[in-house]
Amino acid sequence: MPELPTGLRRVKLPRLPELSEPEVVRHFTALADRTFGVDTGFYPLGSCTMKHNPRTNERVVNLPGFRDLHPLQEEDGAQGALELMWRLQEILAEVAGLDAVSLQPAAGSQGELTGLMLMRAYFADRGESERDTIFVADTAHGTNPASVTMAGYSLQKVGTDARGNLDVESLREQVNERTAGLMLTNPSTLGLFDESIEEVAAIFHDAGALLYYDGANLNAVCGISRPGDMGFDIVHYNLHKTFSQPHGGGGPGGGPVAVREMLEPFLPVPVVAREGERFGFDFDRPKTIGKVRGYYGPFGVFVRSYAFIRTYGPRLKEMSEAAVLNANYLLSRLRESYDLPFDRLCMHEFVLSARNLKREHGVSALDVAKRLMDYGFHPPTIYFPLIVPEALMIEPTESEPKERLDAFADAMLAIAREAAENKEVVKNAPQHRPVRRLDEVKAAKRAILKYAFDEHPDLSGEPGAAEAIEAQKGA
Amino acid sequence: MTQLPFLSLTERDREEMLASVGVASVDELFRDIPKGLRFDRTLDLEPPLSEPEIVAHLSELAERNAHTGRELSFLGAGIYDHYVPSLVDALLARGEFLTAYTPYQPEMSQGVLQAIFEYQTVICELTGMDVSNASGYDGPAVTADACYIAKHTTGRSKVALSEAVNPQVRQVVKTYAPGFGLEIVEVPHRDGVTDPDELREAAADAACAIFQQPNFFGCLEPAPDLAAAVSEQGGLAIAYVDPLSLGVLEAPGRYGCAIAVGEGQPAGNYQAYGGPHYGFLAARSDYVRRMPGRIVGETTDLSGKRGYVLTLQTREQHIRREKATHNITTNQTLLALAGLMYLSWLGPQGLREVGETCLALAEYAKERLGLPLLFPEQTTFKEFAVRVGRPANEAIAVAREAGVHPGYALRRDYSGMEDALLVCVTEKRTREDIDRLAETLAA
Repeated sequence: MPELPTGLRRVKLPRLPELSEPEVVRHFTALADRTFGVDTGFYPLGSCTMKHNPRTNERVVNLPGFRDLHPLQEEDGAQGALELMWRLQEILAEVAGLDAVSLQPAAGSQGELTGLMLMRAYFADRGESERDTIFVADTAHGTNPASVTMAGYSLQKVGTDARGNLDVESLREQVNERTAGLMLTNPSTLGLFDESIEEVAAIFHDAGALLYYDGANLNAVCGISRPGDMGFDIVHYNLHKTFSQPHGGGGPGGGPVAVREMLEPFLPVPVVAREGERFGFDFDRPKTIGKVRGYYGPFGVFVRSYAFIRTYGPRLKEMSEAAVLNANYLLSRLRESYDLPFDRLCMHEFVLSARNLKREHGVSALDVAKRLMDYGFHPPTIYFPLIVPEALMIEPTESEPKERLDAFADAMLAIAREAAENKEVVKNAPQHRPVRRLDEVKAAKRAILKYAFDEHPDLSGEPGAAEAIEAQKGA
Repeated sequence: MTQLPFLSLTERDREEMLASVGVASVDELFRDIPKGLRFDRTLDLEPPLSEPEIVAHLSELAERNAHTGRELSFLGAGIYDHYVPSLVDALLARGEFLTAYTPYQPEMSQGVLQAIFEYQTVICELTGMDVSNASGYDGPAVTADACYIAKHTTGRSKVALSEAVNPQVRQVVKTYAPGFGLEIVEVPHRDGVTDPDELREAAADAACAIFQQPNFFGCLEPAPDLAAAVSEQGGLAIAYVDPLSLGVLEAPGRYGCAIAVGEGQPAGNYQAYGGPHYGFLAARSDYVRRMPGRIVGETTDLSGKRGYVLTLQTREQHIRREKATHNITTNQTLLALAGLMYLSWLGPQGLREVGETCLALAEYAKERLGLPLLFPEQTTFKEFAVRVGRPANEAIAVAREAGVHPGYALRRDYSGMEDALLVCVTEKRTREDIDRLAETLAA
């Protein structure tokens, strides 16, 4: 063994756990037991599309030919992987109604950033670099405005009209030659299809700007309406939402982007191309924006999503139909007991408000969420979108049978009754989880972000205040 | 038509549900979509496959890939064939980990929250840093993230980047740069390593400088000198490190780095044709408010019982929107958990032993191959570059005919390295494997 130069050799070993294998297995099994997944029960976390994750996909992703393949293997030694990626590109282009796909982005938010980089490169190429503004709806996920900043653009917010559509009049006034584009989720985070989308697309296109489709809610419209046909020029997909990559406690995801033909030269490198019966990488793309992540993207995610889509084939539309029927049915059961800020048929999700419970009984959306846990359900997304007070954003997905939707609806109705009759049981929920409500303010204040061994503080003498930070999520 | 396998409604359910909604058909549910935007044909996709057909089709595709169980592989260059213990596969398959999402509701997710807290602890221990996030997309992406932190904390906009950093990483940093308002200056390697004086010069007025330890050529950089050179200029020293080297190589936090980043794959993830893996990002506590992504913190519940929550969320996009430190939301938690499980299984002595085994095997390989080293003066970890006396891609093609993948052709990224082969030896390779490589390359 070579002698390592002084100063480079590790002096003090990292304090990693020192456990026998059986103890490691027990530890993580205990942690799994204290985690709730789609496999555990109903998980209607709005905008996250918590659908069933078929185990076939786990089996095929672990085939040695995929699992043990090195990314720098020569192309002739990766023909099966390349063909799979090429086939997935073709499928995604058809679903979006667009021309070309890059599988590279690691998640939806990276897809957004990639899309904005494509806009920047496209306009620079056309000598229109003065376009510096991106319009984002006030219902948008936080990722949209954050992506705008990271891409070096200025943000212009767009309001929502009384029907839950984009405020077209304000767009007509504000879109101009400085506008680079619009980022929009359609159906929106309100679960509503924007009825003015053709008009909106015309306003941006007439001004020479581009439209970006945030695919967070694509699960509503596969085979029913295509973003490319709506007028969008760039689309990202969330493979972990629509196409069933398991969410993994927070990831991984996949965020491929599809584009209209004029944007193709700018896609990240490499692009998978087919020549006759052979598949290969095309690196020779002088106008490319570059690379947004290593290698070719999250390949294992491609394997799972490809397997998932092949199970449906042309019947993918039935997936979206079931998702939309499930959501509308659940809405029909809950609309009398909770406020409904936008009274329309919904798409794959819907947004209720607990403001009636708050006003009449002092019971908030947070309380409803915590009480749902005692009934054995994962709560919906709460306090989002931001324009709805006390928001409860519910997305059942296509996976659920009617019986489970009914059980959830029964629980939601029971909680509304409890708010009136026995409010304390709601305010003190949950009672049947491994912990009761946690003090988020203390967590932020003390900022204990790792185990400190002998110096680790003992917080147990300081009972929490059940202080929650509102605005809990953004998908 | 046959029932699709992942849908749960019966015909009777559908009728009852439509009646409850008050519409006559499923089609009517979509009446808000303008007529012209209704897709008027069927998606042009191949017919549905049953589960056995899916397995057969995917198996056929997988069969056409030369994976490391088929070719004896010495490919590394950023993604490595280290051993992944069986318990990682078994535990990651637990549906609770696999099918949960970001733990927004902590009472439902104490298990995954505690696991992330432990992951943060382990990453801080490995790197010698104060704080880690819950993971980023991959090594290249978290390196770009680190530049963004440096820009905001220093108010400067230049990044000095050693040319001995993995080309994948450099490409990603350059791609992010225009949006971040960053200018990238590359510092050439000298005989396989970065020169501290040159880095000091390049780091003048720079927000940060990035070097890799061990670097892309497998060589050990004079890391403490490089970190000092950057710090002298008032910039942040950022080390891109291999987690499996950190049982034998010093932690970046101990030689003056502000941020440590890297590709987590070698610790607990399969090669998987490049992903998904996890990028780790750890920093001194000074930078915690500018860090991207999820961070888990300890707290108590109402009764004083210990618990974990997502914390310092005022950095994040779902609260701060356009003022957030980053746009990331979905991260790489499951892969990071694999890393935690792997390191918990390995332990500190195990980590050192893996590192020592790599070092010893690589030295054996250098001797056994008997080929001229590209950088004979340098100490290396688990990879080293040799000259094969002919274009490296030809040598690779010939060796692969014999079932051996001998390494990576550096000509793919560097000029003047036509005949240079980057050979990687992990603890999974044996002396007999290395003998076979030597015989193959000599043939």
